[in-house]
Amino acid sequence: MTDLHQLTIHEAQDMLRRGDISSVELTQSVLDRALAVDNDVRAYICLLPEEALAQAEAADRRRAAGDDTPLLGIPLAIKDVICIQGVTTTCGSRILENFVPPFDATIVARLRAAGAVFLGKTNTDEFAMGSSTEYSAFFTTGNPWDLERVPGGSSGGSAAAVVAGEALGAFGTDTGGSVRQPAAMCGVVGLKPTYGRVSRYGLVAHGSSLDQIGPLTRDVEDAAILLGSIAGHDRMDSTSLNVAVPDYVREMKTGDGLKGMRVGVPKEYFTEGIEPGVETAVRAALDLMADLGAELIEVSLPHTEYAIPIYYLIATAEASSNLARYDGVRYGLRVDAPDMWQTYYDTRQAGFGPEVKRRIMLGTYGLSAGYYDAYYLKAQQARTLLRRDFERVWEQVDVMACPTSPTTAFKIGQKVDDPLQMYLSDVFTVSLNLVGMCGISIPCGFSDGMPVGLQLMGPALGESIILRAAHAYEQATEWHKRRPNLTERMF
Amino acid sequence: MPYEPVIGMEVHVELNTASKMFCGCSAEAFGTPPNTHVCPVCLGMPGTLPVINEQAVRYTVMTGLALNCTVQEHNVFARKNYFYPDLPKGYQISQYELPLCQDGYLTIDVGDGHPTEAGQARRVRIRRVHLEEDTGKLTHVDGYSLIDFNRAGVPLMEIVSEADIRSAEEAYAYVTRLRQIVRYLGVSSGDMEKGAMRCEVNLSLRPVGSDEFGTKVEVKNLNSFRSVRNAIAYEIERQTRLLEAGKPVTQVTMGWDEAAGVTREQRSKEEAHDYRYFPEPDLPPLNLEPAWIEAVKGSLPELPDAKRDRFMANYGLSRYDADVLVEDRAVADYFERAVRVAGDTINPKLVANWVTGELFRRMNETATAITSVKIKPEDLVALIRMVKGGTINQPAAKETFGVMWETGRPPQEIVEERGLKQISDAGELAGVVAQVIADNPDPVAQFKAGKETIIRFLIGQVMKATRGKANPQLAEQLLREQLQSNE
Ligand SMILES: [Zn+2]
Repeated sequence: MTDLHQLTIHEAQDMLRRGDISSVELTQSVLDRALAVDNDVRAYICLLPEEALAQAEAADRRRAAGDDTPLLGIPLAIKDVICIQGVTTTCGSRILENFVPPFDATIVARLRAAGAVFLGKTNTDEFAMGSSTEYSAFFTTGNPWDLERVPGGSSGGSAAAVVAGEALGAFGTDTGGSVRQPAAMCGVVGLKPTYGRVSRYGLVAHGSSLDQIGPLTRDVEDAAILLGSIAGHDRMDSTSLNVAVPDYVREMKTGDGLKGMRVGVPKEYFTEGIEPGVETAVRAALDLMADLGAELIEVSLPHTEYAIPIYYLIATAEASSNLARYDGVRYGLRVDAPDMWQTYYDTRQAGFGPEVKRRIMLGTYGLSAGYYDAYYLKAQQARTLLRRDFERVWEQVDVMACPTSPTTAFKIGQKVDDPLQMYLSDVFTVSLNLVGMCGISIPCGFSDGMPVGLQLMGPALGESIILRAAHAYEQATEWHKRRPNLTERMF
Repeated sequence: MPYEPVIGMEVHVELNTASKMFCGCSAEAFGTPPNTHVCPVCLGMPGTLPVINEQAVRYTVMTGLALNCTVQEHNVFARKNYFYPDLPKGYQISQYELPLCQDGYLTIDVGDGHPTEAGQARRVRIRRVHLEEDTGKLTHVDGYSLIDFNRAGVPLMEIVSEADIRSAEEAYAYVTRLRQIVRYLGVSSGDMEKGAMRCEVNLSLRPVGSDEFGTKVEVKNLNSFRSVRNAIAYEIERQTRLLEAGKPVTQVTMGWDEAAGVTREQRSKEEAHDYRYFPEPDLPPLNLEPAWIEAVKGSLPELPDAKRDRFMANYGLSRYDADVLVEDRAVADYFERAVRVAGDTINPKLVANWVTGELFRRMNETATAITSVKIKPEDLVALIRMVKGGTINQPAAKETFGVMWETGRPPQEIVEERGLKQISDAGELAGVVAQVIADNPDPVAQFKAGKETIIRFLIGQVMKATRGKANPQLAEQLLREQLQSNE
């Protein structure tokens, strides 16, 4: 039995249930693959081979005893901004380089209960602030399709791990597109749930009103499985929604797929700045959806042009406050200085990278006396207008379809010194975070050998419908089955 | 030119909820070993989130209602951003634009330090009552700073008054009144010495008759009721001296040095913080149902003013006695239990005399709280009944009370055991009286010569001869009878 590491989660579930394979075999295969390719890909900040194998053994024992929890024995990767008890959680930052949380994030606890095996923590832009993993304090992850290119970000490590065969599935976080954009750039599925659908407890905050944890997987069914395993109300997160979690896999497969589905095509998402190869692939995907019975309807989201400014005012404001706790007093890096304030300055000076500092300064400025009304408050008001745009569109359509990102994965180093260009990489994804609704990116083609992502957007708690649309599209295509060629090198 | 002080107060009150404001840790912070009541949430660990403590909201709403405030249905928590080692998250979750309670007032009496009929009732308007979390506690030793996070996250209620206070005495009356109310409501111990209540004062002076406000000075570090009064008095004097010398008052934050009896500058306006308040994104707005607010209102205990008025009306007490009895809710309850036991048999005023007299004297002497007093209200009533019915006399009653205070035993037992019953039988006492007359020829002669007051000496002799047990009225009556018949 070879290439177990390339299985989808649902395939692996079937084989484990049938007794064709054990979790130890499966986990070992994935670990071997990771050890063979991760020196090039660099998806993981930390790999946990012994812990993972111990969990796999435990899973096999549980299965032998008759247990069959949903993710029993499935090896998964976790973005390094999500706390696993006893495992260093760096957030891609020097300031938390040695931080070991004494508690599990709620999603980790739920995955544990479901029987998942944790392979390790994946690379991220520092505190999830970036679109390429280049702002990780440790290293940049390579895009498995072209190691000279970025995997997207900030959940670039998770996306790269999934497509490179280094995890069956992974979790990322999406504040402005950080699950969907790397999914698109790496050719995997990435889902951002409705705000509040998944508990944020134990997710190290970037933008509290925007952050959501979402799965990165090899196909849509896997995304449905992983979402179902983490979604649901959590009393530790007051912003989590107290709404029952449907059986996403079943709902995804119920009905007639795309037949009769009203698919909105927001005209503002097809105007400028899209790479021709991306537009071609997305247009072709729209045509296929129409062929599959969808009714394409042009719609308008008139405030789209304000999404990036709104996002960078709100996300930075929240981040500037969320990151205030990293002061060297209780945990993490401390640079000792002769007095208290100097210790603060030196610790934060040494501990944060340039992008994080930039955002702290932007956010602090936007909240300052005399600027609050013009920036933060105005942004919140504009956010309401943006939400109304979406609410009006949901009266006409079931889902919306558009590119996930205007470009395919760019070269490492190409945008790192041009933050504005980097920010525009999220131009099609930030709106959903601002309005708190859900979206999924699925592979829809290639441009110059690099994957292109199709984004399907849905209303609040519309996960089932976007999964159904994505699944119907996926069933008619082969894009999601393509894998990059990576040289396995043992070190 | 005479100046008038314009004073506003911010009072922070630690709520005595079981758990902290946003996590499940015990809110018991005072006197606990450092950093034992902490968890990832109140230590501000990455990834943790706050969850609102409903009891703290209820306590704050209760206080707001007791202070005649309007309770807001739509409430928003906000982040107050600043750096300090005792502030784990780098921001304090507080309330800014939409506090829980607004626009109330507190009536204070300003007399001779004690509320009396002569005192003048004044209304101090309450601008807002809001809820926030406390910080940790820093201790400085030998060049190091130690932090105890037990207090971090303890629910803290902030009560902000309008600048309606005009003197140190009024400020003192205001804070003592506030403490009385939070104690009545059972929402806080109100102990300033333990930091459960902390005051800050805003003070400016203006010429009497002026409507303008002078430059405001903030005074902090007021750790006792006395320091509130002393610091304000000092600051009024300091600012008056400045103004009279033609010097300007600068806008500063002063700290009160209790030992030295002076205020010292802590921070000037230039160093003022920009707290960058914004709505706390981790907590959705808190919407209170009108029915819930009504239910809280219905559950409020009787407050001191209402209780005092009722005591005066129902029990015929004087304003002074009623005020003294209602000052502490537990004392008022003690008194009322006794009155209820007494029924129609004893005038409530008599009960009040015993409580405010003998009982208070003992309590003050031994610094005993009413809750630790061993004498049960029904036993106190039994004692009063024995005096009233002539079973024991006043000295015996005092002796009995003393034993009751020490042991908590019922008075009947003590009187029996010690043989304190008074001799009210004329036959039994007549012989003693005759003996006293025989033994004291000189005083008897003086009495007969018209020195009326010498009768008291003779009564004293009868008491002495009976070891205090004689009924003094009966003794006097028998003395007079026998002295007259001797003639
Ligand atoms: Zn705690």
